[in-house]
Order: sequence, then structure tokens, then C-alpha cells
Amino acid sequence: MGNESLSFIFLNAALINNFVLAYFLGICPFLGVSGKLETATRMGGAVTFVMLISSTCAYGIHQLLVAVDAPFLQLISYIVVIASTVQLVEMFIKKFSPSLFRALGIFLPLITTNCAILGLALFQTNKGYNFAQSLVYALGAGIGFTLALVLMAGLREELELAEVPNLVKGTALTLMLAGILSLTFMGFAGLGG
Amino acid sequence: MANDLFKMPETAVSTDEFIKGLWRENPVFVQVLGMCPVLAVTNSGINAIAMGLATTFVLVMSNILVSSLRKVIPKQVRIATYILIIATFVTVVEYLIQAISLDLHKALGAFISLIVVNCVILGRAEAFASKNTLANSFLDGLGMGLGFTFALLCLGVVREILGSGTIFGIGLFPDGFQSWVVMILPGGGFFTMGAWLLFFNWLKERNKKREAALSESGTGVK
Amino acid sequence: MNQIDLKQLTAPPNSWHMLRTLAGVGIFCSLLIVATYQATLPVITTKKLEKLQEAVFNVLPGAASKANFRLTPDGRFEPFEGTPKGETLVYAGYDRQGKLVGIALEAYGQGFQDVLHIIYGYSPEKQAVVGIQVLESKETPGLGDKIEKDPAFLANFEALDVSLSGDGQIQNAITAVKKGEKQQPYEIECITGATISSKAITAILQKSTGEFIPMLMKNLATFEK
Repeated sequence: MGNESLSFIFLNAALINNFVLAYFLGICPFLGVSGKLETATRMGGAVTFVMLISSTCAYGIHQLLVAVDAPFLQLISYIVVIASTVQLVEMFIKKFSPSLFRALGIFLPLITTNCAILGLALFQTNKGYNFAQSLVYALGAGIGFTLALVLMAGLREELELAEVPNLVKGTALTLMLAGILSLTFMGFAGLGG
Repeated sequence: MANDLFKMPETAVSTDEFIKGLWRENPVFVQVLGMCPVLAVTNSGINAIAMGLATTFVLVMSNILVSSLRKVIPKQVRIATYILIIATFVTVVEYLIQAISLDLHKALGAFISLIVVNCVILGRAEAFASKNTLANSFLDGLGMGLGFTFALLCLGVVREILGSGTIFGIGLFPDGFQSWVVMILPGGGFFTMGAWLLFFNWLKERNKKREAALSESGTGVK
Repeated sequence: MNQIDLKQLTAPPNSWHMLRTLAGVGIFCSLLIVATYQATLPVITTKKLEKLQEAVFNVLPGAASKANFRLTPDGRFEPFEGTPKGETLVYAGYDRQGKLVGIALEAYGQGFQDVLHIIYGYSPEKQAVVGIQVLESKETPGLGDKIEKDPAFLANFEALDVSLSGDGQIQNAITAVKKGEKQQPYEIECITGATISSKAITAILQKSTGEFIPMLMKNLATFEK
């Protein structure tokens, strides 16, 4: 494996196998912060950013683990290194770019242990992607995540105005919407073939 | 309901710690935590049970270890320690599942590793095991884990029956049955979960009304 | 409880204490992981081997034993033992008398939903693909996943012609045709409702056979026992 074209990897991660709607990764932020369009966009930006960082980290760790032949340390080192790198980057941004920090900052600690982030690291290792492929995969996954979040937020903002029975309000309704969105995204399958 | 999370810890062993996770504070249906595996691996009953038991194992073991180390771990590094402990048990469980059945390991895929970021586990370590005795933490972990398994099973069984027309791999319907393929696709996961939440909302609402009616009649007598 | 919390929060953090705890937990955790890894490794390796062997025997009807061969950089094959690390492996299957039945190859390619991973058997005697098994796929349940179990579709691969022409290349490229229109031994009948998945299998086979079969035929003597 590992011989797929970059454009296909991107499409695959962003649309065909959308992380939220096909792989069910990152459902918590998807349900939690998809209430407002603006927050959703910023959350998406932060997730894409963290995904790029963690993808780079995971690639490095994987090379190291292969070199020392210790596959059993994969999970534990991924989570520890990704979590600490994100913390470092957060401090770095806080110091050098307050405006960027204001835009992404509050979300960074929230998403360190988001399953989409760890899932991305594990998938790219499983698929045997090289460095460029991993980065494109991370970018695609991040953009796909943002897309799902923004679409959802748009729908939910409209629904605020609708008359909904009390019983259905909240998570149940959001899940139903997500189901319909997920079915819609199935239409993208076969795009790469 | 949320207030129960922050109630003062008790020292005595109580079976309530076990029972609350099963129903009253069910991690999935009431607290809506750990949704990713709930939706992702519940396309059949077997997968749901395996995932539930794996999570229960990690939950119980990490609760035990966190609780027995609770006086030693400094506050500043507690989250790092918890993550380390959880990641260890997840790795252990991943190898165990692989040794038991390769097919099962393939069916659950990356979601075994992703138990590590299941908020239920870190949540219980932080909110319960770090403050309670070993026995209570064990019961809490077991209860929450089984509650989680129960929720997975609720989804898995519904999706398998409708989506493949089988239950635990055994055919239910005569040949003419046209299965609702959509139920085992991702969309079906969202729909089924939404429907279950709806059902539980309805139950809660009904109970509330009953209690209100009861207390009303109670004050009337007084 | 709250008082203890306050005391611990207000006291300056003791780095030595923190380090000692982290290191202690770390050592305990690594011991646990390594112990589990060591304990389960033999079982997992055996199971994986069994599974691969089963797949090889499945795509090479009549095979009773197998041997692994590695593709060398100069386009030849050599016997290979141990765990593969990124090498391209092919599996030769032998019958009870030790006669070469065929060679099984793994192939990957883009399916409808995600990457398809298949293994297929090639018989040098018949100059044909004699079996195929899907090892990994995420095709749509009920539609695309018919490529794994639909008997009519799998019958396409009982004797799929991939004979070589005089110049050592495949004579007729494998092609996909509509259901009921198969006329040539090198054509694959698609499944209705799973055209893209069927075509994906065709494309994977076409690419892999085109690349490997001329090489296999050139080195056929290597595989004979």
C-alpha cells in the first residue's frame, strides 16, 4: 500500500471517508460546538492545525519505533507526544501571536485528546503513508472535519427558529440531522474510483 | 442528574456505586459521553459486546490503579499519569483481543486503540477513582463499564436486526426479508442513537410527570 | 478533602516528587506492556500465519503447503523466511506430491469506499488466475461487498485467462463486461448494483497481473521444489 495519489488521499479524507460522518471520530466536539457557525469555523481551524502537527509527530515517532523495533509502544508514545507537543505549540502561539491565540487558543487544550486527532495518527500509520501523503491526509481530514462542523452549525442555527417538540430538542435532534448529513456524504463514495 | 457527579465521596463500600452506572448515570444515555465508539462499532451485536467488554476492562483496571495510587500522585501531574495508565491498559487489551480473534480485531479496527481517548475512562479516573477507596472505585468502574456495554448492546442489536436481519449472526427472518442496509451504514448509527435518546427523554419526562403528580397528592394529604 | 486539596495546591510543586511518581508509573506501565506483548506474540503470529495460509490455499485450489518468496530489486525471486518488513512477498503453493500448483499474490487498489486488499492465485500450468479472495474492504454492505461472496462473481476467477503472448507480455488485458455478456476467458462479469466495486477488482487484477506475471513466468524455475 501507500501508492495512492495525493489528490485521492485528500478527497478520501475530506469527503468519501469524512472523519465525523463516516468514521465517527470527534463526535464530542461535533455535538458540543456545532451550535454557532462562528465557533464551529474556529474549532475546525484549530482541529486542522492540531491534525497537521500531530500527523508530523506521528510520522516521526513511527519511523523511530520501526527503527528500534518496538511496535507495542506505538499507542502510548503517540498520545503522550501529541499531547505534549500541542501544549508546547499552545504556549508558543500565546507568546508570539496573540491574535492567532485568540482565534484558536481556547480550543487547543480541548482537542488534544480528541479521538479524531489520535485516529488520524493511527490511520496514517496503518495505511503506510509517507511524509507528504501523511500531511495531505491530515489536511484533508481537518478540512473534512471543518466542513461537517460548519454544515451542522448552519443547520442548527436555522433550526433555532423552528418549532420543535420539547422532547426532541437537543442531542436527539442533532443526531438525526447528523444521520441525514452522513447519508448525504455517502454520495461522494466512488469519487476516487 | 449532573449533580450526582459532584456529590461528596463516601468511605463505606456501597453497591450503589455499581448500580448507578448501569442506569441512573449511564455514561452513554444519560451523560452522553464516549459517543465515538458507541456509534462506530455497533453495526453488529458481537462487535458491540466485544467493544463494551474491552472498555469495561480498561475502566476497571485504570480505576483500580488510579485509586490505589491516589495518595501518591501529585496533583500537578495527575492527568499525565492517568493517560499513561489508561494507554497501558488499552495496549494490553489490544494485544489480548488480537490473540483471541484476529477477525474481531479487524472488525473493531482502530477503535480499540481509541478507547484511550474515550472520555468516560478519563472522566471516571478524575471524578471518582482519584477520590474514593479501592473497593468503591472498582465497583464504580465495573458499573460504568457494564452500563457502557449495555448501551452499546442496545444500539448493536437494533442495528443488526434491522440492517442484516440477524442477531449475533443467527438469521431471524425468512429469506424474503429485505434488510435495511442503511442501518449498518454510518447514517444508521446516528439515527439509532437519536432514537434511543428520544426514548430515554420520553421515559424521563414521564417519570417526572408521575413524581410531580405524586408529590402534589402528597402535599394535598398533608 | 477540600482542605487537603488546598494544601496541595498552595504548596510549591515538588519536582523530585513529581518526577519520581511519573517514572514509577512509567516503569510499571512499560513492564506490563512488554509482558503482555511477549505473552501474546507467539499466539498472534501463529494465528496470522494460519490466516495467510488459509487464504493462499483458498485461492490455489489443491495446494497443501506453501513457501514464501521475496521479490529482489533486480526483478528475481528468492526464498524468504521470517517476518516481512516492507518487502513484496509472493506465496508459492504445492500439492501433496510437492508439485507447484500456483503462486498467490497480494494486490491493492482503490475500491468504491476505500482501499481494497485482495489476494489471488495464479496457475502457471493453466496460465490463468484460479482464485481470488478479498482480504480487506469497506465496500457498501449489501451491494459492494458482494464482490466477497457472490458465487456468480467469484466464478469469474475460476479460470481467468492471463496467458502471455510471444513477447512475454499478457496477451489479452482483463476487462470488465456487463452481466451475462462474458464471451472471452479474460473477461469479468460485473455484479449488477456493484459495478464500481467489480470494476475496481478488474483494475487491480489487470495492473497486478500485468506487472507480475511476466516476471513470475521468467523465474518459474525458482519456485519448483
